[in-house]
Amino acid sequence: MDNSAYKEIYVFAEQRGGKIQGIALELLGKARDLATVTAQQVVAILAGYQVTDQANELIAFGADKVIVVDDAVLADYLTEPYTQALAGVIKQYKPSVILIGATTIGRDLGPRLSARVTTGLTADCTRLEIGEEGELLMTRPAFGGNLMATIVSKEHRPQMTTVRPGVMQKADRDDSRKGEVEILKVDFDTSKFRVKLIEQVKADKGLLDIADAKILVSGGRGVNSAENFEKLKQLAHVLGAEVSASRAMVDAGVISHERQVGQTGKTVRPDLYIACGISGAIQHLAGMEESGYIIAVNKDKYAPIFQVADLGIVGDVNKIIPLLADRLQKEISA
Amino acid sequence: MKIIVCAKQVPDTTEIKINPQTGTLIRDGVPSIMNPDDKGGLELALRLKEQFDAHVTIITMGPPQADAILREALALGVDRAILLTDRKFAGADTLATSNALAGALRNLEFDLIIAGRQAIDGDTAQVGPQIAELLDIPQVTYLEDLKYDGDKTLTIRRQTEEGYQVLETEIPCMVTVLASAYQARYMPVKGIVQAYDREVETWSFENISVDESKLGLKGSPTRVHKAFTKGVKGAGEQFEVDADEAVGIIISRLKQKFLI
Repeated sequence: MDNSAYKEIYVFAEQRGGKIQGIALELLGKARDLATVTAQQVVAILAGYQVTDQANELIAFGADKVIVVDDAVLADYLTEPYTQALAGVIKQYKPSVILIGATTIGRDLGPRLSARVTTGLTADCTRLEIGEEGELLMTRPAFGGNLMATIVSKEHRPQMTTVRPGVMQKADRDDSRKGEVEILKVDFDTSKFRVKLIEQVKADKGLLDIADAKILVSGGRGVNSAENFEKLKQLAHVLGAEVSASRAMVDAGVISHERQVGQTGKTVRPDLYIACGISGAIQHLAGMEESGYIIAVNKDKYAPIFQVADLGIVGDVNKIIPLLADRLQKEISA
Repeated sequence: MKIIVCAKQVPDTTEIKINPQTGTLIRDGVPSIMNPDDKGGLELALRLKEQFDAHVTIITMGPPQADAILREALALGVDRAILLTDRKFAGADTLATSNALAGALRNLEFDLIIAGRQAIDGDTAQVGPQIAELLDIPQVTYLEDLKYDGDKTLTIRRQTEEGYQVLETEIPCMVTVLASAYQARYMPVKGIVQAYDREVETWSFENISVDESKLGLKGSPTRVHKAFTKGVKGAGEQFEVDADEAVGIIISRLKQKFLI
């Protein structure tokens, strides 16, 4: 296979209901870093219906070029139409790299697409770098976060990977950036469209996504009860923070799965992470260790959470947290 | 209705520890289990068997000892169990794994293929969709619920970040299931005893119609360049003081770091 024909770094710009998703901007931020190293262009693929006017948004966040596939069959995400759209882009433009968000869309689309165009797909990378021969080094956790593996695609192009939301950082918006917008017409084979969307239901969350939170107050087994968890909510309220949890609290039904931090929950990197009664199983650490400043309160002084904490307090979380909330309340209102 | 469940034997990753001296994984004594999402998928298959008299086959690709999860499935009530095993499959990445499994599935009859969303040792969630593509059948991933009309139509609830989608498709189809969607049943004692008298078919390269160049390490587009355990971040400061003093320390650090 002649790999030199495959050029530029592509980003699948995920949108939902015509709204560009945060993950698309995070991937553009990372693609810019990679493109600088290899002197390549960053190209965004924008697939959807009546989305063409969103292309400028992608340019402002780092795309040099936006390829738009705008078609009524792409109005809502469905596997087959989107796979055909992306396969069409690959055939026409021959990307060297495609970055896709590890969302319920990207993790449905990515593997289908990889099998269609016969290339590798590395799942849920947490680090991307350029290797000595210009190849993409894709690093990801395996064995529940116990092991890191760096994956390469030597022969096959495009080099495809999904990236978890919250891991890469988006660039600052720059509306003065210039870029091209190109419209690609794809001939869809509608005879292959065998899945119909009946209904799209939004569960009422009413709260900020924990992946976007600047401060997280997070509870674990040591919090012990829903009643004590309320105290964490009070602290979060004082700090303008969101609450999250380790798997123990989710399994106990105290909090919903959307608020779970860790390997099977979400990856977060807030400026401040306060781990309350969380022992720090490796699966949990994998989801939060990149946080800016980590405070851990736990009664077991050998708890693994202290290995990643900037400030560790050995003590009773259910005494310390309410006291902290009270004292902070006074400090702030003073 | 003919159902095939694809399952994988995995190490129970919650039991894996890292040797702090050598930085390597301690795998000794870590139990092997049926992957949790696959177990959810198996439960869905068994419920369809009860409701619609479906015929259920389970298939796994892996080393000979992966036989254990097939015995478990037999004890739970599946009709047929196939172990796909061959040195030629070793070192396969997801696409090469999917090529082997799709090759075996082409030689079986099916209306519905059920897999788990992802396996806990790799968390890739790729093999289900890749098999569906190779077999040219539709896929629905992240399945939370499935209703079958007894004829051709499946109505499926699919989990998304914001809530869920309701999708409709017709058999033949591939679905990937969340462990939380179907609470797996317990093995009946009678089933366990009988499972050891029943046959597990062993299939090898000879039983599938796939070019050898698409299998195993040779057929894998991706390679592991290196593997390493994460260096542990140096622990910060630690205090063991009374609650009042602890709160004072926390507030002073938050101020120093301009976090409040």
